[in-house]
Amino acid sequence: MSGQSTYTPGSGFARWFDERLPIMRLMHDSFVDFPNPRNLNYWWTFGGILSFLLVTQIITGIILAMHYTPHVDFAFGSVERIMRNVNYGWLIRYSHSVGASMFFLAVYIHMGRGLYYGSYKAPREILWILGVIIYLLMMATAFMGYVLPWGQMSFWGATVITNLFSAIPLIGTGVTEWLWGGFAIDNPTLNRFFSLHYLLPFMIVGVVILHIWALHVPGSNNPTGVSVKDKEDTLPFHPYYTVKDGFAVVVFMILFAYFIFFNPNILGDAVNYVPADPLSTPPHIVPEWYLLPFYAILRAIPDKLGGVVAMFGSIAVLAMLPWLDRSKVRSAVFRPIYKQFFWIFIIVFLILGYLGSQPPEGWYLLISRIATAWYFAHFFLILPLIGLLETPRPLPESITKSVLGSAAGGAPSGSAASPETKG
Amino acid sequence: MAIRSACLSLGIVLALALAGPAQAESGSGKVETQKWSFGGFFGTFDRAQLQRGFQIVKENCAACHSLEYVYFRNLGEPGGPEFSLEEVKALAADVEVIDGPDEAGDMFERPGLPSDLMPSPFANDNAARASNGGAMPPDLSVIAKSRTYKRGFPNWLFDLFTGYQEQGADYLYALLIGYNEAPAEFNLLEGLSYNTVFPGHQIAMPSPLFEDGVEFNDGTKASVEQMSRDVSAFLMWAAEPHLEARKRMGFQVIIFLIIFAGLFYATKKKIWSRVKH
Ligand code: HEC
Ligand code: HEM
Repeated sequence: MSGQSTYTPGSGFARWFDERLPIMRLMHDSFVDFPNPRNLNYWWTFGGILSFLLVTQIITGIILAMHYTPHVDFAFGSVERIMRNVNYGWLIRYSHSVGASMFFLAVYIHMGRGLYYGSYKAPREILWILGVIIYLLMMATAFMGYVLPWGQMSFWGATVITNLFSAIPLIGTGVTEWLWGGFAIDNPTLNRFFSLHYLLPFMIVGVVILHIWALHVPGSNNPTGVSVKDKEDTLPFHPYYTVKDGFAVVVFMILFAYFIFFNPNILGDAVNYVPADPLSTPPHIVPEWYLLPFYAILRAIPDKLGGVVAMFGSIAVLAMLPWLDRSKVRSAVFRPIYKQFFWIFIIVFLILGYLGSQPPEGWYLLISRIATAWYFAHFFLILPLIGLLETPRPLPESITKSVLGSAAGGAPSGSAASPETKG
Repeated sequence: MAIRSACLSLGIVLALALAGPAQAESGSGKVETQKWSFGGFFGTFDRAQLQRGFQIVKENCAACHSLEYVYFRNLGEPGGPEFSLEEVKALAADVEVIDGPDEAGDMFERPGLPSDLMPSPFANDNAARASNGGAMPPDLSVIAKSRTYKRGFPNWLFDLFTGYQEQGADYLYALLIGYNEAPAEFNLLEGLSYNTVFPGHQIAMPSPLFEDGVEFNDGTKASVEQMSRDVSAFLMWAAEPHLEARKRMGFQVIIFLIIFAGLFYATKKKIWSRVKH
């Protein structure tokens, strides 16, 4: 969609500036005049919601860091002091901890949208892979953030996860001790996790910029999955999508506010309000809810190294998705069989999430093995096969046709042409 | 159709998996959901209850447990027990705190001030263990947020949206009234007490509360149930001293956001009415 720039500097100064640094032009072309398919539904507002959440996490995080002490003897107490003695510290801290959960909720919906509407397919493969990288960085950031309050689950969660690296043949132990900065999780570990927890969000910002850049080359996919053919198929980003995204952000904020103010601890583990104690292992070590499906995959495999490979593989496979799905049709709306398997996949993922919170024994273990097998089969068997066997439903000729129905063929009413002059 | 039924059977498997633990839970000592004045969306603490709760902590629990994040001044702040400034000063002055070093480099004792933290009963963890048969009495400042109990399906799902956050207080109440004779077949270790809800059922804390163990100024009868309830409420406040301010602000924020969302929606409708979509 990278067409001619329509930016016209509004003043002499703006023109002078534009000739030297065309940043206003870039902003105008990316977020004001950018042509977006006219038929995007609310599932497309989660990108905007995620941007809002990223900024919120960074702002609340920076304020927390002003009061937080990264030391094994003081970390827990410093978080409690933030909650009690810093003005509105409880608000900042709860916004940040609930914000992490909201971030993952939004990213799962955002990725689910991509899976359903085939947004990972050509020409958006790089865009998709950048998304997978952001997701990985988010997991690393959240994992290290969760260690900072230095509660029991911080400590033991970090122990379990860092120990995974010891499964690497030959160099495993060395790698793990290198990560720890010692022979056990201790002050050096906490210090480096704090440093990295501060750094990674800014790397996420960097990858998000690339992600949006990669989006603005082909433009957004849409519910029909049919490519934009001409200007009639699109609307300018502003005001149409600024107002729609803005509305969605405010609605999402209601959910966010509910958790901050009325149930700030329900998404976390009560045990993390017990200060870390290297001598007492809690009976159940579980990660935060958003990592549970992968934790279930890890424990489903009887072999430690195998489990680690399966866990990382379950995320890596997402990056290969554009080449595993053989169907030329993007949207599940026109793929009757894929649509059903999509929903089964979602259910399997939720089951894995539940199993991740349960002890790996008996039925739980059996079901988590079946679900893990299904997870991989979905990508390596089911998707390639349906790509070959399925007969897609007929696609609409264009986005505009699908919006206006067949009756309105030809030039649609002038309305779509005028908005550029409004707003 | 085959796919539909596959979906269905997966659903059933899921339902069974979720129902399982809830049933398994109900044999042994159960924590009951209590009614608390601070529960729900508009809950506030009962000042008199918090004051009674503090009295119990001071006269009883503080012999073994610290409250290391609570300042005396907190006892007079809005949203808590709201003792008067005079009372707070008197409560603080009741304890001796170690201060210093003075100009000669010596530590000295002085009466407590409202700006002091509550003193710990033991010099360090080892001393605390040594006096308690090897068990460590945990700090009570955040205990009400660090304890919970298994809610089972579907309760945990409802809890997400009903604002239920009194798991800790419910557990503490059940713990304190949960001291019973051990069942005959139970092998209770020397020096431990049987408790119906404590994990493993044997606890190193002897039942701390006795009928009329404290005398309340407001004439409330000091039954074990009453004291357990009052001290649990106090510990909830100690763990979440800004609970009232939080809920109040939450109400304002959500009302604001709903109105804001309404206006946004109207604007969106107006703008989108220009085009077919
Ligand atoms: C004689 C000393 C003593 C007194 C007095 C005492 N406790 Fe304890 N308390 C302990 C010890 C020791 C433990 C550790 C028990 C264990 O780990 O088995 C404990 C543990 C606890 C726990 C944690 C239980 C759990 O789930 O892990 C709570 C809550 C508690 N006490 C509350 C109180 C309250 C409230 C009072 C006052 C009414 C009180 N205690 C009075 C010694 C005491
Ligand atoms: C990608 C965005 C981020 C995510 C997903 C994230 C996630 C988290 C999580 C899950 C916690 C633990 C919360 C708890 O249990 O209390 C945490 C804590 C913390 N984070 Fe972040 N964070 C992000 C960005 C930042 C940034 C940018 C900073 C500061 C520069 C920061 C500073 C902190 C601090 C100081 C803590 C410890 C205080 C506490 O535990 O409440 N975070 N973060």
